[in-house]
Amino acid sequence: MLVYIIRRLIIAVPLMLALVAVVFIMLRTVVPGDVAALLAGDQASPEQVEALRREMGLDRPIPVQFGIFLGNLARGDLGRSAITRQPVTARILQAMPITLTLATLTALTATLIGLSLGVITAYYANSWLDNLLRVLVVIGASMPTFWVGPMLILIFAVWLRSLPVQGSMTTAGLVLPVLTLGIGAMAGLSRLTRAGMLEVLNSDYIRTARAKGLRERAVVLVHAFRNALIPAITLIGVQFGGLLGGSVITERIFGLPGMGTLAINAIHNRDYPVVQGVVLVIAGIYLLVNLLVDIAYAFVNPRIRYE
Amino acid sequence: MPSSIPASATNKAAPGVGATLAPRAATTRSPWAMALRRFARNRVVILALVVLGLLAASAVFAPLLTPFDPLQRDVPNRLAPPGPVHWLGTDALGRDLYTRMLFGGRLSLFLGLASVALSLSLGVTLGLLAGYFGALVDATIMRLVDLILAFPGILFAIWLVALLGPGVNQVILANALFGMPAFARVVRGSVLAIKSADYVQAARSIGAPGGRIILVHMLPNVLAPIVVLASLNTAQAILVAASLSFLGLGPQPPMPEWGALLADGMTYIRSAWWLTVFPGLALTLTVLSSNLVGDGLRDALDPQMVVK
Repeated sequence: MLVYIIRRLIIAVPLMLALVAVVFIMLRTVVPGDVAALLAGDQASPEQVEALRREMGLDRPIPVQFGIFLGNLARGDLGRSAITRQPVTARILQAMPITLTLATLTALTATLIGLSLGVITAYYANSWLDNLLRVLVVIGASMPTFWVGPMLILIFAVWLRSLPVQGSMTTAGLVLPVLTLGIGAMAGLSRLTRAGMLEVLNSDYIRTARAKGLRERAVVLVHAFRNALIPAITLIGVQFGGLLGGSVITERIFGLPGMGTLAINAIHNRDYPVVQGVVLVIAGIYLLVNLLVDIAYAFVNPRIRYE
Repeated sequence: MPSSIPASATNKAAPGVGATLAPRAATTRSPWAMALRRFARNRVVILALVVLGLLAASAVFAPLLTPFDPLQRDVPNRLAPPGPVHWLGTDALGRDLYTRMLFGGRLSLFLGLASVALSLSLGVTLGLLAGYFGALVDATIMRLVDLILAFPGILFAIWLVALLGPGVNQVILANALFGMPAFARVVRGSVLAIKSADYVQAARSIGAPGGRIILVHMLPNVLAPIVVLASLNTAQAILVAASLSFLGLGPQPPMPEWGALLADGMTYIRSAWWLTVFPGLALTLTVLSSNLVGDGLRDALDPQMVVK
């Protein structure tokens, strides 16, 4: 197990470095013009631009620049906002708890509902309940986040007046954002779980479990579900990335001041250091979550460890 | 001649994915004809195809379907609810929502289709090269693809548009690069599967050049997964384009686009529900239909195929 974790770590480190390199190179190749002026912002004086150029070594060769960039990154220094001159790291740390809370709560909710729906539809396969739920799942998977959110606001906040329009870090303020962000993941998980359960329910060991007189509930929930869970775990990891990316839109809809809102406002203000910082941090979190998911996966499925 | 190898020879290497190299070798029971029959049997998919056709037609013939101009303001009539004159109501500047949705559909569908076309060309080319040449070419291309996939969700597209600046072409480019990895992976996988097939070996042994083997022998046989993936990716591409527009990174106002219309509607959600309900409905209907057609194609072309 330890060997597996170490091996997995060894793959993750260069991937993170490569990600940082991609973000670094994209900023220098895609946008025309002087990087120092770009990072310093439109309002910076020529002196400020020069100061930044020296500070970040932007007048030195690209590999040296990258080295300085990595060094700063390792110290948690993501530069300063081109608009407010505040350190980017401070602004991200302010916004991060909101995005992480939203994404984590959504992942938990989506997993709970998605797995339950999957088990129910598989158990009652091809009944009217299964068909109804499956149609709802297909429709749910096709509804864009930025329509689900406004529709939920319209129904629950404007018409029924039972929940606030504006999102906030309270239970009531998080219900609609979590549902908005989670509907796609829910749909995906329930489809996968249904397929997995159906496959497992037809296998020999389930027939054996039934034959030896186990109660149906024990067969489905203990014997079948545990094996159907394996593919679902991988999907949860992948979905978490989607949730992090999707939280940009959800935060925007509900006015939550998380990393997504920070990034979008920064894009509109051409505040490149902030955008770059958010992109790096979100990508880093995603990589870390996938690492953890892979390790969890190896725990559940011993076959993986000995590959 | 290598191209006269019968289609049935290809079926061994890629069961169900078979395609005919030479139409003259195809009988009435060619794999494509059988797939077409399976496809046509699925009523839900046919319905989805009809819906897509209607949506596409309404986009193409938009000016003929409405007496209004999508940009024509009518401020006294602002935020009018749906009624006999303005079927779906008007927005904050008194512009007719139905008209703006027709013209918005033009742009939304164009953004989606153009993005898919571009990611398909890029992805298929890279996938063919990676699969055929292997070794260093393969490693380089696939690591590039992995890197794009290492960004969570639409973050890569957002970062690219942030650098390129908002606009129609920028959205297409960002969206295309974001969608490209799926094509590259699927095509590479299919190429690897048929690389050692007898007919490819035969072509190689009689000295056919690499380009000819890739284009004449390999491409037709990886066509089925490409068609399926393209149809499934269209839904995603339309969504990503609309997402970027919703965030204000796409076509700039006053150009109507479904995502931008929804962002507009958010401002007036308390007073004008129609601005939120109808554009989203159009978008969902489009995505749902594209997904269903994609699923139908997948089932028809190869029940065993797993995308991604």
